[in-house]
Amino acid sequence: MKIAMAIGVAGIAGATLAASLSLAQDKGSAAAGIEQYRAALADGNPAELWEARGEGLWKEKRGPKKASLERCDLGLGPGVVKGAYTILPKYFPDTDKVEDLESRLVTCMVTLQGFTPEQAKKDPFGGPGKKVPMDALVAYVTSESRGMPMHVSLAHPKEKEAYELGREIFFYRGGSHDFGCTSCHGADGKRIRLQDLPNLTNPADARRAYSTWPAYRVSQGEVRSMQWRLNDCFRQQRFPELEFVSPASIALTLYLAKNADGAKFDAPAIKR
Amino acid sequence: MADPMKIRAAMVGDKVEVKVLMAHEMETGQRKDAKGATIPAWFIQNVTATVNGRTVLSAEWGPAVAKNPFLSFRFSGAKAGDKVVIAWTDNHGDKRTDEATITA
Amino acid sequence: MNIRRLTILVLTVAAGCSTMPSQETTHTPSHAEVAALLKSSFKAKGQAGLDRLDQDEMQRLCSEVRADKPLAPDVAEKIVKAQAATLRYPPGSLLGDWKSGEKIAQTGVGMQYSDDPTHPSGGNCYACHQLAPHEMSYGTIGPSLYKFGALRGYTPEMQKYVYGKVYNPDAFSACSNMPRFGHMGILTEQQIKDVVALLMDPSSPVNK
Repeated sequence: MKIAMAIGVAGIAGATLAASLSLAQDKGSAAAGIEQYRAALADGNPAELWEARGEGLWKEKRGPKKASLERCDLGLGPGVVKGAYTILPKYFPDTDKVEDLESRLVTCMVTLQGFTPEQAKKDPFGGPGKKVPMDALVAYVTSESRGMPMHVSLAHPKEKEAYELGREIFFYRGGSHDFGCTSCHGADGKRIRLQDLPNLTNPADARRAYSTWPAYRVSQGEVRSMQWRLNDCFRQQRFPELEFVSPASIALTLYLAKNADGAKFDAPAIKR
Repeated sequence: MADPMKIRAAMVGDKVEVKVLMAHEMETGQRKDAKGATIPAWFIQNVTATVNGRTVLSAEWGPAVAKNPFLSFRFSGAKAGDKVVIAWTDNHGDKRTDEATITA
Repeated sequence: MNIRRLTILVLTVAAGCSTMPSQETTHTPSHAEVAALLKSSFKAKGQAGLDRLDQDEMQRLCSEVRADKPLAPDVAEKIVKAQAATLRYPPGSLLGDWKSGEKIAQTGVGMQYSDDPTHPSGGNCYACHQLAPHEMSYGTIGPSLYKFGALRGYTPEMQKYVYGKVYNPDAFSACSNMPRFGHMGILTEQQIKDVVALLMDPSSPVNK
């Protein structure tokens, strides 16, 4: 009877997702047209260039220790890349903290390759004419989780704690404009200008949103990760700068990942 | 040489379908940087695709082509196992050549 | 493991399989814990100092609102009263220039650490609202303001309401998603008058 209950709950979650998908199609030819356009764009996704560069950087001997990242433990054991992104962020006993992908890459760049934390965290986001290793590594590692279901765990007390903190951050109103994540991402069916806004407290929206980052952002000409996405949201919220791989960034990512539980990972994607 | 391209070439019926992703900034020469200075134009000018020594595509591009451009085209007269060679040169004289084997 | 423990374990696993974890298994962090985490995870940049993370009373209360914990009516009333006390109206006419108002509505810059602090802020009204009919690129976070004055009447009372609403929306609706453009110093007095004109001038495109 208990197993039937578990299946029943999973069934309801699946039905909700299916219902919201068919609703999207009912919205008419405009939505269908956008889907076709997105499929066409996905064919020539420049993110593949980052994935190729990232694979090279994963295998290249770099840093003072002249070592590759091929022994890096992303959560499934040293060197296991396939599927690793689907369970991140998670607790790591070797650092005794909850880490997301980028903080784990920093950890490995420090412990395996001998970089200082400052060197590893420097310039995490690419820009015009500026190529950085971090976003390429993110593109490569995440590409190895494409098509797989995402499930983060809250079993460890630090994971639970991070989830709860992440939720408080999501609802934290502040700055000159009283914005919190919830201001834009707390209700169904809203858009800012013409950009649809996922309600990140609604599992169906959260799954669709969270499973398509990282993404090649055409308007930026760069592959952008969740760390970048959070950093840029806070800038527009009139907050000061969210520090790269900071505890708050990881807590918030874990909160979003949990809300998106069960999503099929569909990235690196391509976005406007 | 510049950054590598990603090339896929596959048979579609009796034609070959080629998809190429090129890594290039493709600056139009119209943009200004934060200080207000114009960012110089830097874009791919010529693209050629050759198979078994025969040119199957030749293109002259300009600043209207997007950053990290994606090129897709079909041609006939080759089979699985043949090599497609794509080469580009840009207005700075930088160049890149990559190849891919046509899959069935 | 006996049957009772196995039952509890299966129930816990089943509960974990649902999409949202149950509230009662965890403790809610205190405001102090969250504020400390944020302070240690952000750094000052440009015009955005760490003081931007300090919440005023309203922000603190509004941060506690959840789908399962809506704003209590007495708390809402307290907020509205406190925010209404901040309202400051300039002397004379509240109606500025709608053409400037439209520019303010279209501009989203201001107060970000990437913005020039000497440059005036915009109101970014189109981010959330429909306004003039020629502008298709409008958001739906807030209600449509199309034909605002035409529908409500071009009265001094309505002008005063609009001014106050832009100055401090929480004086009318506690925990509004809309920024407090006047009270927080985002827009100047003249800018707010220009936005009033955008909504309340009969010749504004919003009313055509």
